Amino acid sequence: MALLALEKVSKTFPGVRALHEVSLHVEAGEIHALLGENGAGKSTLMKILCGIHQPDSGEILIDGTPQHFTSYRRACAAGVGIVFQEFSLIPGLSVVDNIFLGREPRNALGLIRHGEMLKQANALFERLDIDIDPQIRVHHLSVADQQFVEIAKALSLDARVLVLDEPTAPLTPTEVERLFAIMRQLRAQGVAMVFISHHMEEIFEICDRVTVLRDGEYVATLNVADTDAGALVERMVGRRVDNIFPERQPAPDKSDLVLEAHIRMAGRRHTDHIRLGRGEILGFAGLVGSGRSEMALAMIGAHPVAERRMTLEGHKVTLKSPADALKRGIGLLPENRKQQGLILPFTCADNISINHLSRFHTAAGLISRRREREAAEALMDRVRVKAPGSDTVVGTLSGGNQQKVVIARWLERGCRVLIFDEPTRGIDVGAKSEIYALMKTLTAQGISIVMISSELPEITGLCDRVLVFNHGHVVAELAGDDIQAGTIMTHATRQISLDNPTGAAEPAAHLERAS
Amino acid sequence: MTTPSSTSAINPKPRRQRRSRASRLLHSPVFFPLVGFIAVFIVMALVNDNFLLPNNLTNVARQGAIIGIIAVGMSFAIFTGGIDLSVGPVMALSGTLMAGLMAAGWPPTVAVIVGLLLGMTFGAFNGACVAFARMPPIIVTLATMGIARGLGLIYTGGYPISGLPAGFAFFGRGEVMGIQVPILIMLLVYLVAYIVLHHTSFGRYVYAIGGNEEATRLTGIRVPRYKLLVYTISGLTAAIAGLVITSRLMSGQPNAGTGFELDAIAAVVLGGAAIAGGRGAILGTLVGAMLLAILNNGLNLMGVSPYLQDVVKGGIILLAIYIGRGRSA
Repeated sequence: MALLALEKVSKTFPGVRALHEVSLHVEAGEIHALLGENGAGKSTLMKILCGIHQPDSGEILIDGTPQHFTSYRRACAAGVGIVFQEFSLIPGLSVVDNIFLGREPRNALGLIRHGEMLKQANALFERLDIDIDPQIRVHHLSVADQQFVEIAKALSLDARVLVLDEPTAPLTPTEVERLFAIMRQLRAQGVAMVFISHHMEEIFEICDRVTVLRDGEYVATLNVADTDAGALVERMVGRRVDNIFPERQPAPDKSDLVLEAHIRMAGRRHTDHIRLGRGEILGFAGLVGSGRSEMALAMIGAHPVAERRMTLEGHKVTLKSPADALKRGIGLLPENRKQQGLILPFTCADNISINHLSRFHTAAGLISRRREREAAEALMDRVRVKAPGSDTVVGTLSGGNQQKVVIARWLERGCRVLIFDEPTRGIDVGAKSEIYALMKTLTAQGISIVMISSELPEITGLCDRVLVFNHGHVVAELAGDDIQAGTIMTHATRQISLDNPTGAAEPAAHLERAS
Repeated sequence: MTTPSSTSAINPKPRRQRRSRASRLLHSPVFFPLVGFIAVFIVMALVNDNFLLPNNLTNVARQGAIIGIIAVGMSFAIFTGGIDLSVGPVMALSGTLMAGLMAAGWPPTVAVIVGLLLGMTFGAFNGACVAFARMPPIIVTLATMGIARGLGLIYTGGYPISGLPAGFAFFGRGEVMGIQVPILIMLLVYLVAYIVLHHTSFGRYVYAIGGNEEATRLTGIRVPRYKLLVYTISGLTAAIAGLVITSRLMSGQPNAGTGFELDAIAAVVLGGAAIAGGRGAILGTLVGAMLLAILNNGLNLMGVSPYLQDVVKGGIILLAIYIGRGRSA
């Protein structure tokens, strides 16, 4: 009998049928992948499992006993733990305070027993075989370590079922390996895990079985050993997708420089040099925290720098703010959709038109709502946003559709340079492939693209040239056949010891870098 | 409305369609404030025989106009996720300056313009502190609230300024086509604010800044510039209220407007705005301001003690926010 069983679960939200009779069975000591495109219903199913949503019909059984989770707390108490896609830790509190938040062990006087909390936290970390100081404040930790703290927190209630909702999305390959080691440890301890990921290779590396959902319906449950990526993708999207990357074009003419930047970040000794050719896709590769996003922000005047000299199409430009950059035709799609990209209370149309409202001005300087809506709808069709309408509030869309809304904003803005920071994070294969094709269309129109990505296949499959970042600096430039995953990782991790993740001392690598 | 909305509820991939008229009304931010207003209005009409008299209703609107005008600037500030606590003293300071200049023999037109400019300058100072010095609005305007009050008292020596030219009474006591001028001024201010907020780029940026300031900045909007403008507008509407109240009283009162900032905030919030910004409607603020006015008037007519009135008003504000809470954007 399966440790966890979801039987014929259905859920309808106003206007959307999210789930229709979906079943999922997970055994103790099994890692079970949940696979599906954005909007297929994975997150809704997991939220039902965790008591955040209540199903319209269907049952949740643990050890064969029907459960009625009316709240997240109830689900936790019954042994379900979840690591959400968006981190739920409080940055200003210590690791141990985060783990026990809301259920701190207390003494007879009602005061918190710090010693007991520390003891339990250390025991948890030992069980997971991870080395984190429980008393350090969470905002000092790397993204990966925060992820591990989330897992420890989920397990601290003796969870027997653990849901990991896209845990690898913000992690680098090395960190993913550490995560998998922890997952294998837990599997050996008999924990039933549901693993959500858009990375096929991860599913094949770590999972035992996989359940595929499409459009809110159950498609199939398969043994990972008996299937292959192509078959899974076919079941996921209902058609066969062979190559998600568009065909390679000959590298654009190198001499036709669009943008040249010399940037020295605040507090740094060395100046980095970035050149961008017309119609080129330039990749920024490197570990999370290696300074790629900061460089992108600096390129649009949104990050403090010690020195910034920029030439755009041969003319010197001074960028003091993103508005200056926009005026010159440089746009940024930021890394964090919800915090930096979207205006969540706004509708799709309002989010798209925000940076080119003046196009819809009438003679009196007022906005023509009709023209604005029509333009937004045309763009939504072009990037294939799935939404009930252009007046749908953007916060209600799935991650992939939200990202498409952010992208749509820039398409009619007439930018010469677009910086895409992690454009496909948390997005399914179908939408990814659409975004890649879109980027190629843009470069064919002569637009130059800088793409920051932590996904090496994306970098190797799409970029004409790659700059590798390491500890805040560009340490290597790769082009043509040199763009290989191995080469990139060598440069990205060179001179960095995992025992010293804070990297207090600047590695000597910067001095010998080729420029 | 050819597409019945019921089909889209079942279809997992509904076609693009616009909301029905009824759904739009229900989701409009003005809906709940309006329901509250009508409810209170009916109660007051049932309890007080005199409430529905035309004279009384005009009176209510005129009394509500001062807070109503101030609440427009407050709405701009709150929609961006900010706040302006300095509106009461800025109103008083602008009003006393107008009175002082007129008492010194300046022509009323010039005195009024100078007074309005003073309000805008004060607002712009608030805005500069918030937008460029990146100080929190609540602290900045708390400080300038004290400064404006102090300056008003220094300027007048603490005494009201009277002896204003008779023609100046027009703004507070005049009538045009049978409608009281304060009400006309208020409606004009709301009309302009409505057009600005709903039909100009600036208006859209106001909501965008409140909805997600970082995203707005990164998308290339000059956020500081528009924040400066928002607080300048708040200073201006406070000064317009100063014009009306000074003309109404025919004297410059340095202590006028004590506690008005709280009434204005209450009007905005009763009007359905999110205090965190990004969501709200200027017409909701108008309804909120009028709701406060009929509460004041109705409770007065009922002979409720002023002390108890504050308790009742506070309770109704809490109730309104409770009912309106959690409505999704």
